[in-house]
This record gives sequence, C-alpha cells and structure tokens, in this order.
Amino acid sequence: MQDLQLPPIDYGAIAPMLILFGVACVGVLFEAVLPRSARRTTQLVLALLGLVAAFVVVVLERDTRILTAGGAVAIDGPTLFLQGSIILLGLMALLLVGDRSLEQGGAFVAQAAVTVGSDADRRQAARSQGATEIYPLAVFAIAGMLLFVAANDLLTMFVALEVFSLPLYLLCALARRRRLLSQEAALKYFLLGAYASAFFLFGVALVYGYAGSVQFGSIHDAVRESTQSTILLYAGIALLAIGLLFKAAAAPFHVWTPDVYQGAPTPITGLMAACTKVAAFGALLRVLYVAFDGAAWDYTPVLGAIAVLTMLVGAVLAVTQTDIKRLLAYSSIANAGYLLVGVLALSKDGLSSTMFYLVAYGFTVIAAFAIVTLVRDADGEATHLSRWAGLGRRSPLFAGLFTFILLAFAGIPLTSGFIAKFAVFGAALDSGEAWLVIFGVITSMLLAFPYLRVVVMMWLSEPGETTPAVSIPGGLTAAALMIGVVATLVLGVAPAPLLDLTANAAEFVR
Amino acid sequence: MVGVSDFPFLSILTGAPLVGALVVAFLPRAKPELAKRVALIWSVAVAALAVVMWVAYDAGGDRFQFRESYTWIPAWDARFTFAVDGIALVMLLLIAVLVPLVILASWHDADNSKRSVPVYFALLLALESTMLGVFSAADVFLFYVFFEIMLVPMYFLIGSYGGHQRQYAAVKFFLYSLVGGLFMLAAVIGLWALGGKTFDWQQLLSADFSTGTERWLFLGFFVAFAIKAPFFPFHTWLPDAGGAAPAGSAALLVGVLDKVGTFGILRYCLPLFPEASRWFAPYALAIALIGIIYAALLAVGQNDLKRLVSYTSIAHFGFIGIGIFAFTTQAGTGAVLYMVNHGLATGLLFLVVGMFVARRGSALVSDFGGAGKLVPLLAGVLFFAGLASLALPGTAPFVSEFLVLLGTFTVNKTVAVIATAGIILAAAYVLWMVQRTTQGTLNPALTTVDAMRRDLTLREKVVVAPLILLLLLLGFYPKPVTDVINPAVQATMQDVDKSDPAPAVQEASR
Repeated sequence: MQDLQLPPIDYGAIAPMLILFGVACVGVLFEAVLPRSARRTTQLVLALLGLVAAFVVVVLERDTRILTAGGAVAIDGPTLFLQGSIILLGLMALLLVGDRSLEQGGAFVAQAAVTVGSDADRRQAARSQGATEIYPLAVFAIAGMLLFVAANDLLTMFVALEVFSLPLYLLCALARRRRLLSQEAALKYFLLGAYASAFFLFGVALVYGYAGSVQFGSIHDAVRESTQSTILLYAGIALLAIGLLFKAAAAPFHVWTPDVYQGAPTPITGLMAACTKVAAFGALLRVLYVAFDGAAWDYTPVLGAIAVLTMLVGAVLAVTQTDIKRLLAYSSIANAGYLLVGVLALSKDGLSSTMFYLVAYGFTVIAAFAIVTLVRDADGEATHLSRWAGLGRRSPLFAGLFTFILLAFAGIPLTSGFIAKFAVFGAALDSGEAWLVIFGVITSMLLAFPYLRVVVMMWLSEPGETTPAVSIPGGLTAAALMIGVVATLVLGVAPAPLLDLTANAAEFVR
Repeated sequence: MVGVSDFPFLSILTGAPLVGALVVAFLPRAKPELAKRVALIWSVAVAALAVVMWVAYDAGGDRFQFRESYTWIPAWDARFTFAVDGIALVMLLLIAVLVPLVILASWHDADNSKRSVPVYFALLLALESTMLGVFSAADVFLFYVFFEIMLVPMYFLIGSYGGHQRQYAAVKFFLYSLVGGLFMLAAVIGLWALGGKTFDWQQLLSADFSTGTERWLFLGFFVAFAIKAPFFPFHTWLPDAGGAAPAGSAALLVGVLDKVGTFGILRYCLPLFPEASRWFAPYALAIALIGIIYAALLAVGQNDLKRLVSYTSIAHFGFIGIGIFAFTTQAGTGAVLYMVNHGLATGLLFLVVGMFVARRGSALVSDFGGAGKLVPLLAGVLFFAGLASLALPGTAPFVSEFLVLLGTFTVNKTVAVIATAGIILAAAYVLWMVQRTTQGTLNPALTTVDAMRRDLTLREKVVVAPLILLLLLLGFYPKPVTDVINPAVQATMQDVDKSDPAPAVQEASR
C-alpha cells in the first residue's frame, strides 16, 4: 500500500479560517464549562476578538497569491478581499446579535426545543437569558464562508457550503418572538437548502465525470481539451449553478428568501443578507471565472436570462410587499440580479465591480436590518409597513437614517448604491452586455417605487395610534448602524480607495 | 484679471449653500426667526458672490471659464470639474438672485405646518446648492450626480410642506424624474464605455460613435431632459407638483429646476451627439409645438391658479424647445434668454399667486373675483407678471420670444407660424385669469377674509420689486445678457455644425 503524502500547507495563508474555526470550537467548550451568567459576555468578546484577529491576518496576508493544501484552497486577491469583507460584515452582524438593550435577554430564545405555547415556553419567555450557543454557531458560519470563497476544488467548496449552511439553518430557528414563524423559516431553509446541496453534489459528480478532476485548474484545462461528451459538462455546470444561485437568492431559486428573511431573528437576517451573499457570489465568481471560463459562450445566455428574471421578480414583487423584512428580502433578490449582471461581464472589471457591489450592499443592508430591530413595540419588532407611518415625526433621526439607506438601495448618487450600480452596469456594457444593463435600469425604476413608498410612509403620513416609538439602540446596535451608514456615505462620496482595492485584487490564481 | 479668474468661484458657489443648509438645519427648532434670517443672509451672500463672478466673466474670452478640476474617482476618470460658459453663467446668476427672493417670499410658508421651520429653509438652501452644481459641472458624471440628487430636497419640499395632494404630487415628481434619470444613467454609462472611458466633457466632444449608438445615447439623455423640462408628452407631473408645492418652491421648480432640462439639451445632447440631434430635430420640434398649443389650451381651462401657471410654463418650454432645435444662433440665443426671462417672469407670477393663495387660503380662481378692489397693489403686480408672462413688448420675455420666432422663421416658416398661435392663446389664458381673479365685481366671500384686506407688505414689496425691475430692464436693454449668451450659443451651434443662414439677420436682432 502506498504511503499517503501530506501536501504542504501554508498555515499563514489559511490562518484566518483556522483562527475562526478554533474560536468557534473554544466557544462550544465555553458552553460546557462556564457558568450561565458568565457565558454571554465571554462568548461575545471571544467571537469579536476572533473576528478582529482573523481580519488582521487577512490584512497582513494581503499580498499572498498561492494555491495551498494540495491545490484545495486558493489564497489570492479575490479570496482575501472577500474574506476581509465577510469578516467585517460578520462583525457588524455579530454586534446586532449581541445587543441586549432592546429586548430583555436579546433577540434569541433560550431553548428552541421547547414546544411553542407550552407552559415551559411561557416560563422561558419570562426568563431573561437567551441562548449563547448562537455565538459559536455564527462564528462557524462565518468561518465556513471564508473557506467557501477560498475553495479551489469542488469538494472543498461543497464541504464549506455545508459548514456555513448548517449553523445558519439552526440560527434561523432561534427567534425569541414569533417562534412558529421562525421555526417554519428554518425548516423551509433547511429542506430547500438540502435540495440545493444535493443538486450541487450531483453537479460535482457530473463535472468529475467530464473532467476527471474536481480541481478548478484541471477543469479549466479539460473544458478546452477534453473529448468527453459536453452534455456532462453542461449538465454539471447547470447543477452547480443551481446550488450556488440558491444561496445567492437568484430567481427561480429564490422562493425561500422572503419567508426565511421574515422568520429569522433580524440580526441573523442581516448576517444572511450581507455575508451569505458575499460568500455565494464569491464562490460563483471563482467557479465561473476560474473553472468554466472556457465555456462562457455556453452559459452566458442562460445566466443572463436568470439575471433578468431575478431582477424582474425582485423588483415586481417588492412593489406588493407590506412587511418591511419581506420588502428587504425581495430587494435583496433584485440585488442578486444586479450582482449577476456584474458577474456576467466576465472581465476583470466585472470581477472588481461585483466585489465592490457586494461590500457596498452588505454595509447598507446590515444597517437597514439594524433599524428594523429598533422599530418595536411591546410585541417585539413592528415590521408591518403600516406601522411605520409617521415614523419621521416620532423619531426624525432614525427615519432620516433609514431614508438615506433606502436612497442608497434606490441608487441615488452620493450613496454607495449608486457607485456600485454604476460599476457593475459599466463593466457589463463594456463587455457588450447592453441588454442586461437595459433590464437593470428598467428594474431599478420599478424598484424605486417600493423604497419611495416607505419614505412616504415615514415622512408624509401622519403618525397613527399604533406607530411604535423607535427604541434607543444600545451601544452595539448603534455601532453597527453607524458603521453601515457611514460606509454607505463614504463609499458613495469617495469610492476611489475601495475601487482601487478591488481593481488590484481582481485576479484569480489558477 | 488673472487673479480673479483663478479664484475657485464655482466650487465655493456650489458648496456655500450646502454649508448654509447644514447650519440652518441644526438651528434650534424653537427659534424659527433665527433660521429664516441666517438662511436669508446666507443666500444674499451667495448672490453677491455670483454677481462678482458675473463681473469677472470675460464675455469675449474662452468658451469655458472659471475652470476647476479635482481628482475624484481616478478609476473611471470622473473628476470634480467645474466650468461655465455664457449659458451656464446666466443660469447661475438667475438662481442666485431668485433664491433670496424666494426665501423672503416663503417667510411664513412653513409657520403653519406641523413640521420644522429651520428644515424648510435648510432644504431651500440645499436645493440651491444642487441647482448651482448642476449648471456648473463640466464633468458628465458630476452633472449626473447633481441631476439626481436635486430631486431629494425638492421631494421633501413638496411632500412635507406642500398643500393639497402633496404626497401624490411629491411621489409623482420623484418617480417621473427618477425614470428619466435612469434612462440618462444608461446613456451616461454607454457614453463612458464607448466614448473612451472618460467623463470629461471636452474629451467626449471628440468621441466618435456609430450612427445607431449615437441615436440611442441621444435618446437616453433627451428623454431625461424632456421629462425634466418638461416637454409634451412627459409633462403630466408638473401641474401636480407645481400645484401642490409651496409657492416659493414652485417658483424655483418651474423657474430654475426645469431649466436643467433645456440646459442639458444645449450642453449635452447637441454638442455630444450632433448627428443624432439633427436627425431627431423634426420630432423634437413637433413635440415642442404640440406642447405650446396643448398646454396653452389646458391653461385656459384651469381653475386652480398654481396649476394654471404650471401649464403656461409648459407652453413656454415649447418655445424654448423650438429655439434650441431650430439650430440657428439667433433662435438659440433667444431660447437661452427665454430660459432666464421665463425664470424671472414665471418666478414672479408664482410668488404673486402664492401671495394671493396665502391670503385667501385657496388657489381656486372661482374663489376670487374683483380682488383688485381690496388689494390694488397686489392685483397690479399680478397683472404685470401676467403681461410679462405673455411676452408683452417692453417686458423681457418679449425679446426672447421674438428672437426665437425670428430665428426659427429663417429656417422653418411653418414651425414659426404655428408657434405664433401660442402667443394668442397666451394672451387668452393670462388675461382671462387676471380678469377672473382681480377684475369685475367683487366676490362677496372675499370681504369676509380678513387677510384679503391687507395689501402688499414691505417684505412682499422687497420680493417683487427686483423682479419687476429686472423684467423691465432686460425688456429694454437685453444686451448685457445676450453678449454673454451669444458666443456660447454660437459655439454650441457650431458643434451641431449647422451653419446660420444669414449674418445680416443676426445683426438686426441686436
């Protein structure tokens, strides 16, 4: 029997992932050994420190451009940029997760297994302490995402997909309020996510059959030289794309998004809207740009149609929404369409503009969900739009911030949303995808309407009896909110540094 | 002179009102008088700066003066480039003169609303800043940014401080403008991608496009400008917005903001897409003509004073459109002069109507009748504003209307003749309105309204006097303005490459 050779591993390059997986494991141990009262603060500090440390390592490794771990992991410009983005956005989401000033005990339930409405449930609702397992779970998810965008073969990518998905399924079920909705969301997400994973895995098998390898570099060579039937290749790409587009919330694989965004605890929704999107598009970019670039002619029309459909579905259905979280969910679907437009530019500009868009959108969307956590009454968050009527009169500051966020979503200049849209549309037009840009512009018009409706609600309607007051945020939520809003403004007014950063990072290693 | 023209006039002129807006917005809400005074003084200082700039401008010098350029987004070659030609200069001066008068006229507009008074004046100053910016930008990207951002303060002015149906009007205004803006966004991206990856106006001037591309790009810009102006059939938002906006904001909306449309056609559509401009000219002339007749007919039938003035203004924009697309220097000069004079005349008309409405508490013509017996001076000013608006010889609009018709007649007799019919209709709607509101038997209901017994106050006199003076002065001696406009229009027409028919005619107009 042959001896197994361990491949050389550049530990420095993969240190961010190692740190976060380590922190998550330590967090699980803390759950077992620490007294209940000390857990929350320790866990939060540990998680935040882990993220900061991982970010520092990413910055230190910024010039690394290597394949490591036997070619399973690629640490290159896009990987490092996307990892840094995921860590920063995850940090913001974690600040929201950790906030306890808004609700007694935080936004999470203590024991999710207790039957909803039972005596035990009522007892635990009265008890102040929420679950603290959420911190290691969130860190596991974030670490999985870091691996997802770095994966350089399909199997590693699949493992990373599962590593970051499973904690998210769990986190979705842990809402303190409206627990049935939360559990329904988690179940839906889990079942559909399992299907998507299965599709992905089937795609991996077909592509292996075609290329004889799961490594992106070998697949790239095979696409140009292989004599195998191209049906294997096309079916493989299609199934892989289904798995990835499901996570990216692109139509027609988007149906889980509104339910899950609505049911999940709002901080987790923010985490999904920002970080999952970065991770999913990061992986999609790598798969399309590194492995299957030779087949671009074959998949561009199909993915283009999906992009158009995604933009249309997101924009049209957003118009009809009456719940702010569902509205943001459909907006997130439409944004997945705009991101696909950038991806389909299939150029260096396409890559850099998509990365810029991901970061810009991530900051804005977490700030948006931060505000959603603030608008609440005795029953928790007041997410129905009619409840937001006249909010501008009650709390001009927060209504003003939310208006700014909505203007950013609508792509009004001097916000990051405008620069990001401009970047992806410019890249797409430059690559001759004028039709995608035209659909992008048309759907932007449609999408402006629901955003504007919320602005009208907040400012131009009279406050009703049921208009809730905006809670004064605790330090953690306020910090997340301010980071998001300031980033949205700065990236809109002075985007040059980040544009340069994305342009410099926009080169995959193969 | 070198020292003066090196002074960064344009960036200071654009930035100063914004700083003023921020200062005013944060003044205590309990001290409305303080906010009003600060806003007034600030706007007067801005006006003084604009006058200094007017003096420093060399009418016979370079086409673009006061050029400033600062790095902004190097990746896209978008820069903070400011520069004005004669056309932009007169518009800047118009804005700088109108805003202090509007602030003075709006002294009590916000008092009765439940909203913050300082914010109202801050919005006015913010609007001034964006309007000054849009006319001084010499970078297409910068222009677009100002073009879009201009909507935001106006939206809140209408939506928060307007009258009946303000929400509907504000949303309609915003959506119409945004749709136009997004068409333009597509065209701007196209211009950038195909025109050599730059936003610099001068460089884009020499860009070459294929015939089809040029026409599409022209359309993108033209639709945005036609909505903004507005030309028939994109005009339906203006009567709603003009009718619902507070009188001062309406004066700025119609007097200046809409001029961005015609200015944009002159600055961007004609020079950048000369071939397409010539190709589309017959269609543009057609919609301008329809606008003149159609809007005039609708104006005749209006019972709401503010809507009536809005419709007259659509008719006037038809004249400006004809002047632009006749492609003669004479008609072009007439069109630009019309833009200035229309700003003064319609601005005055809106402000006077606002004074009537404020007294009566209603904008319906049928609620007045014989008001001249109660407020003779105010009725006299309304009469004068009406006469100026119908272009009576001796008032400034006459000169411009005459120039437009004369310049058009030399190249296209049919258009000139049909347009002349608009003059007759103008007499009908203005005189009828004046007759039904201020002449005839006194409406007994008027005597029960105490405010209707108060004639022009000192504040209102200070508002109307400069406008009346300017209208008379430019009516008899337009030379200072035409001298500045003429070279710029000539250069624009050379860009379109349409030779003037006979220089002799041009001499006669002086």
